[in-house]
Amino acid sequence: MAPQVGVLAIQGSFQKHIESLIRAGHPADQIYEVRTPKDLSQVDRLIIPGGESTTVGLLMQHTGLDQTIVERAHQGMPIWGTCMGMIMLARTVENREQFSLNLLNITVRRNAFGAQVHSFETKLAVVGLVDPIEAVFIRAPIVTEHGPEVQVLSTFNDQIVAVQHNKILGTSFHPELTTDTQLHRYFLNL
Amino acid sequence: MNNNGNTTLIPTTKTWREKVGLAEMLKGGVIMDVVNPEQARIAEDAGAVAVMALERVPADIRKDGGVARMSDPEMILGIKETVSIPVMAKCRIGHFVEAQILEALEIDFIDESEVLTPADHANHVDKHAFTVPFVCGARNLGEALRRCAEGAAMIRTKGEAGTGDVIEAVRHMRTILSEIRTVQNAREDELFVLAKDHQAPLDLIQEVHRTGKLPVPNFSAGGIATPADAALMMQLGAETVFVGSGIFKSGDPAKRARAIVESVLFYKEPKKLAEISKNLGEAMVGINCSTLPESEQLATRGW
Repeated sequence: MAPQVGVLAIQGSFQKHIESLIRAGHPADQIYEVRTPKDLSQVDRLIIPGGESTTVGLLMQHTGLDQTIVERAHQGMPIWGTCMGMIMLARTVENREQFSLNLLNITVRRNAFGAQVHSFETKLAVVGLVDPIEAVFIRAPIVTEHGPEVQVLSTFNDQIVAVQHNKILGTSFHPELTTDTQLHRYFLNL
Repeated sequence: MNNNGNTTLIPTTKTWREKVGLAEMLKGGVIMDVVNPEQARIAEDAGAVAVMALERVPADIRKDGGVARMSDPEMILGIKETVSIPVMAKCRIGHFVEAQILEALEIDFIDESEVLTPADHANHVDKHAFTVPFVCGARNLGEALRRCAEGAAMIRTKGEAGTGDVIEAVRHMRTILSEIRTVQNAREDELFVLAKDHQAPLDLIQEVHRTGKLPVPNFSAGGIATPADAALMMQLGAETVFVGSGIFKSGDPAKRARAIVESVLFYKEPKKLAEISKNLGEAMVGINCSTLPESEQLATRGW
């Protein structure tokens, strides 16, 4: 039976992730939008999409969803964060007092490439994927520090842009904005 | 060691995916008009997904009259330095040099806006020529698709800015969505005449026929003043709302800003909306749109 996949639907590119999961062959009736702790209890893995981290952090705390996500992660639920999602998973955000879930032992730098005019796309080799992936970076963060247990899956010009520890995965870029479903399939098999 | 080998990767920029991609990241949020760094900070702390930096909110532009232009770059930069969320700014319709200046300032999104005095009686900015993405206002499907053809990466309803009266935003959203349904349900051989009727490019009419939605995200603006207004626009089909004068012209901006952010998350839940709407202090007084003479209607600007 296919896993029940949740996509955090508080704000951001959640609809695009749902489209990518369907494109990756996942049954549409086993994809859920997650807004509350009750929604989370229906799923056995979670994608945190791109969006604005301050907005999502605030509303997650408001509903208590932050605590339930942390509990489920500690019980082994796979989570994948893209862009803002990776910021949410981080232990620390550089130069800012900012809420995060502290599920990956990494420090992230927000908007590491600068304003929107510096957004870009490229092809990236990622450990565990057969082909280089189409990667769209939008006001993207990078990983500036990580614990020894965290595996680096990909770099862009020596900057870390994809990491994994156990079943927690973080990427700076947005596979959900492309038709490339390699990472979605990778996550579904995690 | 770079796992891509030793060569430096050359990224490609200015792609359509990046432009529309940023609009995707703003979905389900609230974009707030701010006139100084203090307001920008209040907006960010309240959970805004982006701020629109401008010298005067639309209500004041209305009151002051005269020619409304792009804001002072110094003021825009002050706001940009204050917040980590995307910063938008407005240029006049057709004023591509104001747009060039805003791009040079590395603004994240440009609003080619009817709230400012138009600079061209016939042409809008060629938005394909820019790296920075644009948002444009529309009252109907044809106008929305003409802006998409020019390169807009996001469409918003025009509404009637600076009034605090939501009636025009509702009219524009309903019009766009009902015209989309008509195009979607038409026979393929009827699309040619629909393109003519809507004064829109045929390929975009064909795309709407196929997908049942605009080619870019569809946001709402113009007259939204309360959490209930914001939730109304979301229930009607908006993907994000802009709130202009409604927040900082109210009695308690921080509280109202927070409440509107929450109302967009819980837009389908009346019990939560009731809770959110409590004790927000005074809303902006506003202007009833039906009392506005045509010369004072901003939505009629744009071609």
